Amino acid sequence: MDTKEVNSINTPLIISDGCCVHFGSAPALESVDFSINKGKKVAVVGPNGGGKSTLFNALAGLIPLTEGSLTIDGKSPDEVRGTVSYVPQKDLINWSFPLSVKQVVEMGITSKKMFNVFKRKKINDKIKKALQDVGLEEKINDNIKSLSGGQLQRVLIARALAQDSEILLLDEAFSAVDIGAQEDIMQLIDSINLDGKTILIATHDVNNLEEKFDEVLCLNKHCCAYGDPAEVLTPEVIEEMYGSHTELFMNKSHFTTEKDNSND
Amino acid sequence: MIELILDPFKYDFMIRSLITAIASGAMLSILGPFAINRNMGFMADAMAHATLPIIAVGVFLGFSISELGVPAAILIAILLGIIIKNTNVGEDTAIGIIFSSFFALGFVLISLLNVTINLEDLLFGQILAVSTSDVYIVVTLLTIVLLVVIVYFKQLLFYSFDPIGAEVKGLNTTFLNYLFLILLSIAIVGSLQTVGIILVLSMLIIPAAAAKLVVDTFVTSIKVSVLFGVTSSITGLYLSYFFNLPSGPSMSLVATTIFVLAFLSNKIRKKGSLATVTIS
Repeated sequence: MDTKEVNSINTPLIISDGCCVHFGSAPALESVDFSINKGKKVAVVGPNGGGKSTLFNALAGLIPLTEGSLTIDGKSPDEVRGTVSYVPQKDLINWSFPLSVKQVVEMGITSKKMFNVFKRKKINDKIKKALQDVGLEEKINDNIKSLSGGQLQRVLIARALAQDSEILLLDEAFSAVDIGAQEDIMQLIDSINLDGKTILIATHDVNNLEEKFDEVLCLNKHCCAYGDPAEVLTPEVIEEMYGSHTELFMNKSHFTTEKDNSND
Repeated sequence: MIELILDPFKYDFMIRSLITAIASGAMLSILGPFAINRNMGFMADAMAHATLPIIAVGVFLGFSISELGVPAAILIAILLGIIIKNTNVGEDTAIGIIFSSFFALGFVLISLLNVTINLEDLLFGQILAVSTSDVYIVVTLLTIVLLVVIVYFKQLLFYSFDPIGAEVKGLNTTFLNYLFLILLSIAIVGSLQTVGIILVLSMLIIPAAAAKLVVDTFVTSIKVSVLFGVTSSITGLYLSYFFNLPSGPSMSLVATTIFVLAFLSNKIRKKGSLATVTIS
């Protein structure tokens, strides 16, 4: 039994019980139920407007629930604010600032106290370690404008690592990066996950989820399914999520319909 | 040559003007890099124009523009922040509405209250008229801006770069938002006598934009922005003295000249690096 298995056994870390979020009268999440064990690597999939980012915002304590409960290690997201690392969608960040990689990673250690409690050497060590973990230690003094899309994503992950939190939320981590960079980011996520961190990634890519993730949370405002990707990603669930666009996913070889099975 | 440089300062009013010009130039240039990278130029312009009704009422009550500085700045910043946050018409539109309506209200109040204000001085600045107390106030405002930026630098930078990330990390983003708006208002109101309502924007964004063209890092861009801003203020003041030109527009045009030079230097540098890549 490896470390990861020991960590994840029967230790629910994130529990959503009838979680609802409304923006005005419009529902963004309705009665979402799931329980994620510690150390799991979870893909959060669903259509645009399906509530992936809303769920992440709720987990990060940025928006209040209208009904139900959402707990992290038994506490509300607001109570554990600052202990969850969040990598937002890239277009929500103001990239026009001419910052160095080091300055961005250091933000993960920035606290609301006027002066940082850590000594300069400790801060520099933390930044170096985080950049080593994402394979960008040689880019520490580079301007972020000189980095590729995949490298920028890794810098943001390094910032999240510098924060030393147990939970990482990555919103659209694979968008606007090429396939090679996606592979690199996935490998990086695997290695972070091996350290026992719980990772949730919102993604539009539903291919081969069973190879990449322990679990999948399928959202279309409500929870369509949650569990082992190989078991829960059925044609019915895909249809529930994507409706009339289901055919796009049905062409993938790993989704076999009942009709296909009966023809065998 | 030295005699020529020192000639203006045989007059007390020129010494006061020089200190005020340096303080205003530095104050605006410290905040400029934040403002341009956050696309807050229009917001800053609105802040400057929104001061007009406050100045009208203040002068009517017997205060000078500098004396109104801090309370006016806080009032404008909070008002703008609240209106922008609570209207659903979009930030640009909300700023546009505030900009024009406050400016119009200012003119109406000047007329209604029969306030004696030289509008040209108010719009384009009249640094030669600063009093000793104005100098103290502007230097104090510069000190406040500088100290707050130093103390909150990392938090302001995090919030400006990634507001959501900063909020998730537990920073008080509402406080940081209003803090920056207040600092910006303080710098703008404190510089009105130097460059006036219309031209204060030029001293906020032009030195910062020129700095962004010649250096690559944010902290250095603030230092270079201050250098350009102070140089523009001093040179503009000299031009104003020797050629009998209006001081505010002179400073603004010097800043523009620095920007053009920075732009050309940036183009030449880029061309040079492209040529190197092609050859290699």
